[in-house]
Amino acid sequence: MYDNMMKIEFLSKSQNESFARVAVAAFASQLDPTVEEISDVKTAVSEAVTNAIIHGYGEKEDGIVVIEVGLNKNQIEITVKDEGCGIDDINRAREPLYTSRPDLERSGMGFTVMESFMDSVEIESNQNVGTRIHMKKIFSSL
Amino acid sequence: MYLDFETSGDKLILVLSGELDHHSAEEVRNKIDDIINRVGTNKVIMDFANVTFMDSSGIGVIIGRYKKLTMKNGTLCITRVKGSVERVFELSGLFKIIKVYKTLEEAVNII
Repeated sequence: MYDNMMKIEFLSKSQNESFARVAVAAFASQLDPTVEEISDVKTAVSEAVTNAIIHGYGEKEDGIVVIEVGLNKNQIEITVKDEGCGIDDINRAREPLYTSRPDLERSGMGFTVMESFMDSVEIESNQNVGTRIHMKKIFSSL
Repeated sequence: MYLDFETSGDKLILVLSGELDHHSAEEVRNKIDDIINRVGTNKVIMDFANVTFMDSSGIGVIIGRYKKLTMKNGTLCITRVKGSVERVFELSGLFKIIKVYKTLEEAVNII
């Protein structure tokens, strides 16, 4: 199905957010994206992984976050999954500035950033089962 | 993320370096609040020239500092955001409530 793919999984520790960004960027680099496109992907991945850590696992550090990346011609597909508590109301979660954790000084802009920096974002979530974020972006060819 | 600071008259300049994400946000927000309290100033400039990455967690940190300063009738402004950091700022609409300057000089003279 994909020309190339990779899958990584790591503990839901915040120090892994940087690793996740770099790992996805490194894998995506074979498509020769621009500096801006790679920045966009890194930021979107950062948002999704942060959500899994803070919201999915409620900051517990023993959860597993899974990232799968598939490359198809000049398109990148990124799936970020967790087996955390799930999203109560997906439409609400997508609203800019809405956050279920105002106590953590969250801006509530995670999904807005993902939707702006990627071409599409799909969310699947079930309470107490987990959440799956699927994002796609086409890199413009030279 | 590294945090450095200097004062210019009654203004505090916070120089952030590195990546501002959820992981570094916790430490940075406490350090910033600590410096602001110790220096005892109400006019704060956050310089982003050396910030290489920021996601919406960084926006949360900025808004938090903005709220705290505003409660004391203080001012917060931002300087030298660039690249994708600037785009995350734009997306958040923060430019509408927090002034952004292209140079430190401008910020120091104006606020």
